[in-house]
Amino acid sequence: MKKPKALIFSGYGLNCEEETQFGFRMAGSYADIVHINDCIERPSTLMRYQILVIPGGFSYGDDTGAGNAYANKLKNHLWEALLQFTAGDKLVIAICNGFQILVNTGLLSGLSEKIGTKDIALLQNSSSRLIDRWTDLKNFSSSPWLRGITTFSLPIGHGEGRLYTKQTTLEQMRKNGMIALRYVRGDTCIYQDLPANPTGTMDDIAGITDRTGKILGLMPHPERALFFTQLPNWTYLKEVYTRRGLPVPTAGPGLQLFKNAVSYFKD
Amino acid sequence: MAIRIEVASTVPDPRAIALCKRLREDGFNVTKTYVVDVYTVDSDLSSKDVTRIIPLLTHPLTQKASVDKPLALKKFTWAIEIGYLPGVTDNIGNTTKEMIADTLHKDFFDAPSVYTSQILFVDGAISDQRIKMVAASLYNPLIQSAYVRSSREFHKGHRTGYQIPKVHLTKTQRVNDVSLDVSDEELVNIGKKGIINDDGTHRGPLALDLTYMKAIQKYFRKIGRHPTDIELESIAQTWSEHCKHTIFADHIDDVPKGLFRTYIKRATDIIRKQKRKKDICVSVFTDNSGAITFDDTFMISHKVETHNSPSALDPFGGAITGIVGVNRDAIGFGLGAKPIINTYGFCLAPPKNTSILYRDTERTQPMLSARRIFDGVVAGVNAGGNCSGIPTPQGFIFFDDRYRGKPLVFAGTVGLLPRKIKGKKMYEKHAQPDDLIVMVGGRVGLDGIHGATFSSEALSTGSPATAVQIGDPITQKKLSDAIVKEARDIGLFHSITDNGAGGLSCSVAEMAKESGGCIVTLDKIPVKYPGLAPWQLWISESQERMTLAVPKNKWPAFSRLMKRRGVEATVIGEFTKSGKCVVTYYKEVVMDLDMEFLHDGLPPRRLTTVAPPKTLKGVDAKLFDSQTEALLSKLSDPNIAGFSFISQQYDHQVQGFSVLKPLQGRGRINADATVSRPVLSSQKGVVLSQGLYPRYSDYDAYYMAACSIDTAIRNAVVVGGDVDHIALLDNFCWCSANDPVRLGQLKRAAQACYDYAVVYGTPFISGKDSMFNDFKGFDDEGKPVMISIPPTLLISAIGVIPDVTKCISLDVKLPGDLIYILGETHEDAYAPVNGKKNAALYRAFYNMTSNNAIASAISVYRGGLGIALAKTALGGMLGLDIDLSAVPGTAKVPQNILWNENQGRIVVTVAPQNKKEFESIMHGNVLSLIGSVTDGQYFVIRNANKVTIRCSLRTMQEAYQRTFRDY
Repeated sequence: MKKPKALIFSGYGLNCEEETQFGFRMAGSYADIVHINDCIERPSTLMRYQILVIPGGFSYGDDTGAGNAYANKLKNHLWEALLQFTAGDKLVIAICNGFQILVNTGLLSGLSEKIGTKDIALLQNSSSRLIDRWTDLKNFSSSPWLRGITTFSLPIGHGEGRLYTKQTTLEQMRKNGMIALRYVRGDTCIYQDLPANPTGTMDDIAGITDRTGKILGLMPHPERALFFTQLPNWTYLKEVYTRRGLPVPTAGPGLQLFKNAVSYFKD
Repeated sequence: MAIRIEVASTVPDPRAIALCKRLREDGFNVTKTYVVDVYTVDSDLSSKDVTRIIPLLTHPLTQKASVDKPLALKKFTWAIEIGYLPGVTDNIGNTTKEMIADTLHKDFFDAPSVYTSQILFVDGAISDQRIKMVAASLYNPLIQSAYVRSSREFHKGHRTGYQIPKVHLTKTQRVNDVSLDVSDEELVNIGKKGIINDDGTHRGPLALDLTYMKAIQKYFRKIGRHPTDIELESIAQTWSEHCKHTIFADHIDDVPKGLFRTYIKRATDIIRKQKRKKDICVSVFTDNSGAITFDDTFMISHKVETHNSPSALDPFGGAITGIVGVNRDAIGFGLGAKPIINTYGFCLAPPKNTSILYRDTERTQPMLSARRIFDGVVAGVNAGGNCSGIPTPQGFIFFDDRYRGKPLVFAGTVGLLPRKIKGKKMYEKHAQPDDLIVMVGGRVGLDGIHGATFSSEALSTGSPATAVQIGDPITQKKLSDAIVKEARDIGLFHSITDNGAGGLSCSVAEMAKESGGCIVTLDKIPVKYPGLAPWQLWISESQERMTLAVPKNKWPAFSRLMKRRGVEATVIGEFTKSGKCVVTYYKEVVMDLDMEFLHDGLPPRRLTTVAPPKTLKGVDAKLFDSQTEALLSKLSDPNIAGFSFISQQYDHQVQGFSVLKPLQGRGRINADATVSRPVLSSQKGVVLSQGLYPRYSDYDAYYMAACSIDTAIRNAVVVGGDVDHIALLDNFCWCSANDPVRLGQLKRAAQACYDYAVVYGTPFISGKDSMFNDFKGFDDEGKPVMISIPPTLLISAIGVIPDVTKCISLDVKLPGDLIYILGETHEDAYAPVNGKKNAALYRAFYNMTSNNAIASAISVYRGGLGIALAKTALGGMLGLDIDLSAVPGTAKVPQNILWNENQGRIVVTVAPQNKKEFESIMHGNVLSLIGSVTDGQYFVIRNANKVTIRCSLRTMQEAYQRTFRDY
């Protein structure tokens, strides 16, 4: 198959669309940024793409709860198109604010019995503040987005990322292989002596998928980890590599997600 | 009938938990708190509509809602409801309104208004008196109202007594003539307190002194009529110190062209001439920001603003409008630069300063506590920067008791702009005659009336509360995206500028210079609520607005685009070449001034200075029993201690630009410079740093300025900055600038700016000044007090580096590495700054960075060599072994070597195998090998054979992080 096409939403305070587009392009995909109002005007636009991205941001300033107002707009105007899109062999990624939006539409839900059910919440961090830092993640999923990844590190930057759901829903999600990423204590936590779970999120959950694994929602930002020089300890690693006579890497750990999406359609 | 929708959490709410914890820490006997969010919808919606609205505002899993029935704690003693005052921006209310409009398919402005408030239920034994103190600590009376009720009153059906803050304006909306045929005394009075209303009250400061009032009197006598109120207000805005920087422009002593042209601008002119083809400047001093080259395709702009007076009254609102406001200096630069990086700086009273101050003699208008000002400004930049999706990596905090009356809030924004689009230079703009004057973004209200003239005066009891505004970052984000990502690139406008100080009166009049005149139709201006007087429409500083010049044939496309992006755009007039600034209100001409008089009619004044005395009290003379004790004490000093709580709550990685972060190394040390990569497809980087030494002004403002410049440059150089591609920005924050001694200090500082900018070859590209940072009020006994800030100069450096992979972080890397100090350390804490020597050192250092021979580098800044060594060690969490006797320079006494803050010094670590290369390239500069990195956990400093400091890294880290750990 040829190069896939990714559509990245923008507008109303989403703000990570450009670096996300850059990530897809680095990985060999076409990637277009489309303002939500343009998509609303022509919902069929969506079907021309294989990948849908709801990027990070601060849509509507997090007013009435992060992601809530943008989710309302999607439900009011693009619901049918989104249902049609996700019913096909497509991939969806929702990052940070995108994840908050997606759970607020109910398009990504815990029980998945009825699409549109809001049974997962992303609540205010236990520190009740935005946190910007690097985290270490372990993959528990067979999602195409995470193929080949066991543990890796990505940065977070959010104020409302504490996943909460009913215990029974959580059990169901575990059983269905929907828990994709958990925060663990790895390289960057050890480097800066930070706790593994930055927000108090339930069961250390950083990302989840639908049952098929094709829809991934996650709080950490792969698009902020495209380059080696974005790592918090790159200047240290550079010294270590150089002195051992090893080449200094150029890519960052987040690029793999974008590459996985491309190879899903190419292979 | 208004509908009241209450929403509460059904799971533990971190806001309630944090509130309970804070109140207990403040000594209140609180056992439980509960937070209820209230949305008051001012409309008679059908019950069916209400049923559709509830799910918009509640998450079924974690929240419950109720309509017109209170959600209260089962058991509580007090309920406190906090809402906004009429006219204060309510962002959540506006978003809710938009959601309702979208869901019920209504037009936004036909949708019902929504007012938000919050009820805080408190349980615990608290007296009537004490609950008032609780409430006072939770709201700001200048922007909010609080309703306090006991549970008994609440249940008796009174609830909290909340009133909808709807704006009711009943004043007349006509334009008045103001007679200036009055005595000089009366002229002074009008200039100081403002135009007199019908009821005898004054409208608020014009900040025009007698010389200016006389010039206005003369102009109107010549044209044979009285000025209208709007004309007088308009002149006051345009001529304000805030807008015209008269103190920097006026003839002073033997400097006829004034300080700005003689010392700041002339330095830039000379440097540009000397650099010839290597000139990095693109646009200096004339636009909303200054700009330098980035690469062949892009330029970068930078501007740093202050927002001091508003932040004193409402720290959160002041700081958020500060940061969102300076973003518009990027959007308004050239034909619209994309804001890419924010910077910040706070000069505040230490949070432990518990002094109580009042603005009035009756002691009814208290100033907020030092701690609340600190918390508020930190939160304001958080909200503004984070919501806008602009990374905020670079900043500082500095504490001195003299900032208790007026805090300084610095906010800066770097912009990115293509040098050319379709052959058109993007830094040039010209409004053409017949172009439409278009206002874009937010609507106009009473917020921010007299902001420009108010900040040109000392803070006192007459300071207007309407000067306070709250920013709305999302309205601006929509506007910014639509302009800099779309409209600009398809050439839909000829010129753009920001609506900041003075509102439309300044932005339109300023752009009208490009075409040669303007005619404005005031009644076309979209308003937040009806009833504003014409002069208020004209000078309001309501936020999130830009003014554009749109050619008539492009208006349909422009208008369509803005509509599709959810941005309001309105034609409010036309640019002309009439030489006049004309304003009409319902077809009546209410203002008709010659452009020449409006812009250049202010009479030149002559300022004289008195040479300031040199005092030595700037030195921290505290003596310690041991140097280890001194080290630990300094690491906990609020001016040196880590403030990771700020760096971690300001998103600095959004946009993917981050290269060197604000917290570096294992020990997460606050860095003095950060590096970003704003064009992801390029290896080039932007270096940002700052330098500031207010306490040195007590000794000599010349020395203060010299140190600030050297530090800003050095901080940029240590991470890999190239002196030949660095530009500077100046922010003068002075006090009592009418006082000849203070003016004398100002002149000294300006002279240093000239001398040092020229010697380093680093041009100034933009600046801002704030001249009256004084507080005149009363202490808790009602005695008059005046608090003036120490004269403060913030120097910000911006540089471009060719390859971000060569950047150097501050943390030591591996055991066995060699530690060098570059530059000399002197016995005299005030040893003059040797710019020539330092410039040579910095250039040599830059040459080193290109071959990866340096493992780490840290600038010797606040706290001297001892603190630089401690931070670099803590950064790498590795021990050091240092010999002070090897430190070059005249300093011989250990405490002077350790703590003197002499300029021009860098601590560097180098891998042993790079020793030869390093020493040979640095040859000719002062440098000395002073020790090595160890694999131990001890920080050891000797003076020859005697151990001066021996301390474990854990103990040092504890000291460094203790001060702000619980913030």
